[in-house]
Amino acid sequence: MRVGVLALQGAFREHIATLARLGVESREVRTVKDLEGVEGLILPGGESTTIGMLMDEYGLIEALRQGEMPLFGTCAGMIVLAKDIQGSTQPRLGLMDMAVDRNHYGRQRESFETEIAVTGLPQGVRGVFIRAPVVTRTGRGVEILARHQGEVVLCAEGRCLAAAFHPELTDDTRLHRMFLDRFVEKVPARRR
Amino acid sequence: MSEQGTFRVKAGLAEMLKGGVIMDVTTAEQALIAERAGACAVMALERVPADIRAAGGVARMADPVKIKEIMAAVTIPVMAKVRIGHFVEAQILEALAVDYIDESEVLTPADDANHIDKWKFTIPFVCGARNLGEALRRIAEGAAMIRTKGEPGTGNVVEAVRHQRLVQQEIRKAVSTPEDELAVYAKELGAPLDLVKAVHDSGKLPVVNFAAGGIATPADAALMMQLGSDGIFVGSGVFKSQDPEATARAVVRATTHYKDAAVLAEVSEHLGEPMRGLEISRLGPDDRMQDRSR
Repeated sequence: MRVGVLALQGAFREHIATLARLGVESREVRTVKDLEGVEGLILPGGESTTIGMLMDEYGLIEALRQGEMPLFGTCAGMIVLAKDIQGSTQPRLGLMDMAVDRNHYGRQRESFETEIAVTGLPQGVRGVFIRAPVVTRTGRGVEILARHQGEVVLCAEGRCLAAAFHPELTDDTRLHRMFLDRFVEKVPARRR
Repeated sequence: MSEQGTFRVKAGLAEMLKGGVIMDVTTAEQALIAERAGACAVMALERVPADIRAAGGVARMADPVKIKEIMAAVTIPVMAKVRIGHFVEAQILEALAVDYIDESEVLTPADDANHIDKWKFTIPFVCGARNLGEALRRIAEGAAMIRTKGEPGTGNVVEAVRHQRLVQQEIRKAVSTPEDELAVYAKELGAPLDLVKAVHDSGKLPVVNFAAGGIATPADAALMMQLGSDGIFVGSGVFKSQDPEATARAVVRATTHYKDAAVLAEVSEHLGEPMRGLEISRLGPDDRMQDRSR
């Protein structure tokens, strides 16, 4: 199995390191051609305006809207996956029926880390929130997997998984494992 | 328990800026041009380094009104500079809630012996370095991001290249030095042993390392990326060029596609004149901003 990590801007190296810890081969994706032979794609944290703009210019928005590539977005990646971005017309994939509020907690001074309980994981994860977004509206097809102070911070819909925080900045590989098992390899729930 | 200002949160924002371009801006209008061009952050300043050089006198933190105006204009992170050792200017920037503080040799140093104790702040700091020892001293003081010093405001990339190559050489030396000789190497670098040991074990700096100081063209940005920089600061290079908007866009694309010469050729077209630039050997000792701190 080979998983791509979008490498236009942001923390793509940390995702590659996390995949390596799971023994999964990865590839940096900058153009549509880089998607060949990749079975899933991680959209990393970074600046969502920058990432969306560069994805659009190099044809990645169009290429990823079509097809069935499983996608895992963290922070900026979550924003790029959302259909609605409050107060912004920035380019996006818009594959998840939800609205996000960028920089929801405020500026960097308000960035934080905390324990997050996740549906299906016996123990919580350390959520690192850096100028993080939250989900403010979810469509009927969106499965909510974690909340922080009532706000949705981890959710899934169809082929997409989205986190408002940064699992790649911790040693915990369980959310990447969840993406690989459930979205890329589609292991049935009872066998997981 | 929820915790703010942890080192992971501070260094984490720098990780998110990687592969991106941080541009110096002096007005809200310039900040919007930078954001539309794809900058991952802006540095709010009173004057760009080339103008600070030309003006002479004491260069200080920018007027809070200017910084607030720029923060209100864009949604990307906003950084601002303080004088080396001037911890009160840093307290003011923390009160304004800028996203990153640059303790910068571009401004006139306020303390010729001490840098700011950066551990005391919730907001992360970036500092300049010419070599590994300087980088690790700044990290020991709490810096969560490092950049080369280069020679700011010159549009001449030679010093940034020198600093980036030297840091990489010294990292390679730290890796190949046997463990029982690391204490002597740490002494030689003037850096704490635990940080030299961390570099020995990991083969890299413990924080993100950007290039800064003299980057003027898309090719300069790609050069610094190919030399191992994590991202790019462009100071005077954008708004001192003939066509700032086109130059800004081109530098962003060159930084993303730094290994793809076809993209680099394409984005380098039709940019007009880059900033004029200065020959480093013509600078007198007092004009060398990089030597203002150790």
